[in-house]
Amino acid sequence: MELSLVIEKFILITGIFAVSLVVAMYSTLAERKVAGYLQDRVGPNRAGWGGIFQPLADGIKMFLKEEIIPAQASKFLFIAGPSLAILTACIGSAVIPWGSNIRIGDRVVDLQVTDINVGILYIFGVVSLGVYGIMIGGWASNNKFSLMGAIRAASQNISYEIAMGLSIIAFLMVTGSLSLRTITEQQHGFWANGWFTWYAFQQPLGFLIFLVCAFAETNRTPFDLPECETELVGGYHTEYSSMKLGFYLFAEYINMFVSSAVMATLYFGGYNYPGMDWVNATLGPLWGPLIGVAVLLLKIFFFIFFFMWVRWTIPRFRYDQLMNLGWKVLIPLAIANIVLTGVWITAKHTLENSVSIF
Amino acid sequence: MEAQSSAVNYLPIIFQMLVAIGFVVGTMFVTHLIGPKRKTKDKLTPFESGIEVVGNARQPFSIKYFLVAILFVLFDVEVIFMYPWAVNFREFGWQGLIEMFIFMGTLLLGFIYIIKKRALDWD
Repeated sequence: MELSLVIEKFILITGIFAVSLVVAMYSTLAERKVAGYLQDRVGPNRAGWGGIFQPLADGIKMFLKEEIIPAQASKFLFIAGPSLAILTACIGSAVIPWGSNIRIGDRVVDLQVTDINVGILYIFGVVSLGVYGIMIGGWASNNKFSLMGAIRAASQNISYEIAMGLSIIAFLMVTGSLSLRTITEQQHGFWANGWFTWYAFQQPLGFLIFLVCAFAETNRTPFDLPECETELVGGYHTEYSSMKLGFYLFAEYINMFVSSAVMATLYFGGYNYPGMDWVNATLGPLWGPLIGVAVLLLKIFFFIFFFMWVRWTIPRFRYDQLMNLGWKVLIPLAIANIVLTGVWITAKHTLENSVSIF
Repeated sequence: MEAQSSAVNYLPIIFQMLVAIGFVVGTMFVTHLIGPKRKTKDKLTPFESGIEVVGNARQPFSIKYFLVAILFVLFDVEVIFMYPWAVNFREFGWQGLIEMFIFMGTLLLGFIYIIKKRALDWD
């Protein structure tokens, strides 16, 4: 790998990093604004115009607070927990294609950090690592509430991971590839051969299962039992203060951003949109793909809004309801989806071949 | 056939990890430096809703969570096993599909068994 490519990758990574941090920051404001409007209030509006500086004020406050490590806690693990949580949240975005390649001068720049042929597996692995941050932090606090929150989080996340994996299997049977770039290119445009190209219309059941699992993996309402304040004070981050608490909260919003990006890429066509060929031909190889990036970001913002909308609409589950939904509803549904998809595709394939024989 | 990824393709992931580690360590360091430090004995005890702390949290918890973890390991290995099949299943036709259904049938039998054993019931 030559030096110019390394520099290019670093610039791209820093850009994506900055975007995901800013989106995560402003998600906190958006969440409070959305909550406000859904409950017929205004939401934060004192810092700047309409509360535009609220996330900055919150961030500065987090920095300036005293950091407390409880006397009985395991010091190293107490610090490692939130660091690991935000680290795993930050590296998940490495394989997401943010746009097709743009041309600056004679240089073709891929708007994706790296295109590996096991992209989905990588995301899946990073998502599973997210459990460690919460589990380590909650255990190291040496507080009963934290411990309960942490083991709840761990068993919830691993339960929903199975259903998520199974829904992805049916998805892979349709795509035949694990590379996110290939998957996005297969969804080119919006309409081809008499049906929608976006996979949400070919795998509706799989998308629904994936969506529910994404909510559970990011510990969002209605699956936020790990931090259920009516039972567990603050859940796994009861003992945390200062930026360590900030890291946990931040990791949740970055996870939300990344899982929205994954859903938009896998099921809603990524940077593809109706009429993209015409736009690309009109605007040329620099601005055309950048419109695609904007479209992907719009889809991501819609999903983030959906996360918030659900949060203020649906009440929290009881723990046995949560486990029943994960194990006894979603897993059988996902397996049925695999069977249906397998029979459908193979039957179609056989039919097409037999027609060509006659 | 899709293109094979070589080790070079994975290098940017290392770059991203480096940037992320730099961000985390830097932030942790700065917040450690600029935060006030006025520690008292009460601040350093675990918070249990303002009541005197009884014992500590290093104690056994419900076996159910452990059971869920063990079942997760079993089922997740099956899921990972199905990935390569799912990517290539078009080439195998009906035969490969039926073979996989037999595998999934045995998986489902185990699943029915753990449900009948009430391993997933929370009371």
